[in-house]
Amino acid sequence: MTDSPALSLYVPEPLARPGEAPRFDHLSFAAGAAEVRPAVDAPEHELRDMPYGLVRVLGETASAWDPVLDPEILRQGLRAMVQTRLFEDRLFRAHRQGKTSFFMKSTGEEAIGVAQSMALGAGDMCFPTYRVQGWLIARGYSIETMINQIYSNERDPLKGRQLPILYSAREYGFYSLSGNVGSRFGHAVGWAMASAYRGDRGIALGYIGEGTTAEGDFHEALTFASVYRAPVILAVTNNQWAISSFSGIAGAERTTFAAKALAYGIPGLRVDGNDFLAVWAATLWAAARARANLGPTLIEFVTYRVAGHSTSDDPTKYRPADEGSHWPLGDPIERLKEHLVALGEWSGERHAQMEAELTEALREAQRAAEAVGTLGKSKPSVAEMFEGVFKDPDWRVIEQRRELGI
Amino acid sequence: MPVMNMIQAINSALDVKLAQDPDVLVFGEDVGYFGGVFRVTDGLQAKHGLTRCFDAPISEGGIIATAIGMGAYGLRPVPEIQFADYILPAFDQLVSEAARLRYRSNGEFWAPITVRSPYGGGIFGGQTHSQSPEAIFAHITGLKTVIPSTPYDAKGLLIAAIEDDDPVIFLEPKRLYNGPFDGRHDQALKTWMGEPAADVPEGHYTVPLGKAAIVRSGTDVTVLAYGTMVHVAKAGIEDAGVDAELIDLRSIVPLDIDTIVASVAKTGRCVILHEASRFGGFGGELSALVQERCFWALKSPIERVGGWDTPYPHAFEWDYFPGPARLAKALARTMENR
Repeated sequence: MTDSPALSLYVPEPLARPGEAPRFDHLSFAAGAAEVRPAVDAPEHELRDMPYGLVRVLGETASAWDPVLDPEILRQGLRAMVQTRLFEDRLFRAHRQGKTSFFMKSTGEEAIGVAQSMALGAGDMCFPTYRVQGWLIARGYSIETMINQIYSNERDPLKGRQLPILYSAREYGFYSLSGNVGSRFGHAVGWAMASAYRGDRGIALGYIGEGTTAEGDFHEALTFASVYRAPVILAVTNNQWAISSFSGIAGAERTTFAAKALAYGIPGLRVDGNDFLAVWAATLWAAARARANLGPTLIEFVTYRVAGHSTSDDPTKYRPADEGSHWPLGDPIERLKEHLVALGEWSGERHAQMEAELTEALREAQRAAEAVGTLGKSKPSVAEMFEGVFKDPDWRVIEQRRELGI
Repeated sequence: MPVMNMIQAINSALDVKLAQDPDVLVFGEDVGYFGGVFRVTDGLQAKHGLTRCFDAPISEGGIIATAIGMGAYGLRPVPEIQFADYILPAFDQLVSEAARLRYRSNGEFWAPITVRSPYGGGIFGGQTHSQSPEAIFAHITGLKTVIPSTPYDAKGLLIAAIEDDDPVIFLEPKRLYNGPFDGRHDQALKTWMGEPAADVPEGHYTVPLGKAAIVRSGTDVTVLAYGTMVHVAKAGIEDAGVDAELIDLRSIVPLDIDTIVASVAKTGRCVILHEASRFGGFGGELSALVQERCFWALKSPIERVGGWDTPYPHAFEWDYFPGPARLAKALARTMENR
């Protein structure tokens, strides 16, 4: 023992910090085993290489995963992604103008929420993170209502109780969001178990960020999903950054997040998250498994968080300012747009015209919401503060409401 | 009417609800085939089927998370946490999710779950099988916390909790499972046989949440207690020889403030008894409420009797446990003030 060297503690560091050249050579973008699209009922032991490959469609000459979608569907997807980006840019500026307290963007990650929202059914429920606003937009949720929520104004559907963008929209398959990360991942599994228990047909989709896979919630959800073969898709959105911590702090130097599935005996797919068609195809594959009572699938969507974590974050303090422009998987909107153009189904002119239309509609929606009021200029009745604690109020809130004089 | 101990009464409540409502399901560690470490779910899987009562992984956070998801879907899950001491890994789920879901979603989603868990001491269970964590739940806006003290109440309160649309923590005083333990640990054990509150109807009935029971009427002093301490209080009152009014709170959230205030207004004295350690315990809230609402009626300082502010010790079970003698002393002190 005396011959052994002194021990040393290892602390992961990203390959590039501010002022250095961006590097992503720790990540593999080769399709590998994922070039093959296995049958949905393939036994788990035949799928164990999948987490180390990358499911891709766009940019591949003939991908086995191509979901062969009608160009009209692709245009709808493109439209929802562009709408999401324009919406977020606009509301980010609204925050800077003092119209709300907080905002978060999903720039560069729009393909995930949008493609999954479109690929799954109206009877399915997603358990979102705060970076899949595109889910709601793709399903036609009212932009004006979203802005009312962000402004916590009199028409806020959540009655001023929630931080901006922590929406809830049951009719749109969008479960109540919270600012605590990871704690709804197990709810997706419970929801899916309940659907199976009742013999219904809906499935669930849980989202979690790669940083949050370090929480017990992630492993508990995978355990329950695996044990009870829950009809659930468990999605890790690996956008490389958890506020200022690079994915290595969550274990990415050692393995892929998709590979976490292996220990639970469930399939794990690693998917190009900036590839609208790959996201769609992987989601359908996992959904088909769930609907056939074959149980859960873990999907890692490899993507990149182009914007800061939130309006309270400045990413240039911890990563190269131009890192996003070097991201090897490109931009999901540009990639789908180029694909449609190459198919002869889209053009630069049509794109510019669509952007102009969407911008005008967003401006209208924002104007309507601001006519109601921005944060602090308008709010729901203060009585709403005391509602909904329990189904029926107990004497404490009744007395306290009286004490406040309302 | 059949005589049931508290285990049988709780089992009967689950049996009634499983038979009556297909949305009710029971799961937790060891609760399925085996029927639970305290036998509370004995026979339920055989009678109602594998998907109605089943084993869960040793993952309290996972148990409560999945229960919340099921509840949001529309089921009425009744998860068991094997000992209340083990509930802390699920604390985030209870606080950040179950308690907040209805409020934050403006009623789009809610979690009608009933979390059963044996709690409390007097069984030589040491630190990890004896604690009384009710105060930490009472502090959480959006959770209800219910604690029965008899087989009759246990069944009626549990059915009411399962039928309630809010999340309920249902703490079962495990020292009362087999008999009305009054803290006289050196005397022969009593069973529930012959106790009126052990006459438990077979079918459906409820005991409403938020209604205290006046166990003993009296004029000298009000004693507030719940769970095992209700029986300890009876013994302590007998030892002190005072004409005390004993109130069994039965649920601490919702709290039956009216019954408490009416009693203290009448007696002018109040002694609070709970097993949990005293500092920051629920007795502090009770004391504050009584002081705020009954100050001018009080003839004597409010007394709190509880566990000492130490972890729950093993060898010192009866030095720690707030037995009848400690209550009797507090009653004597409060009666000194005229």
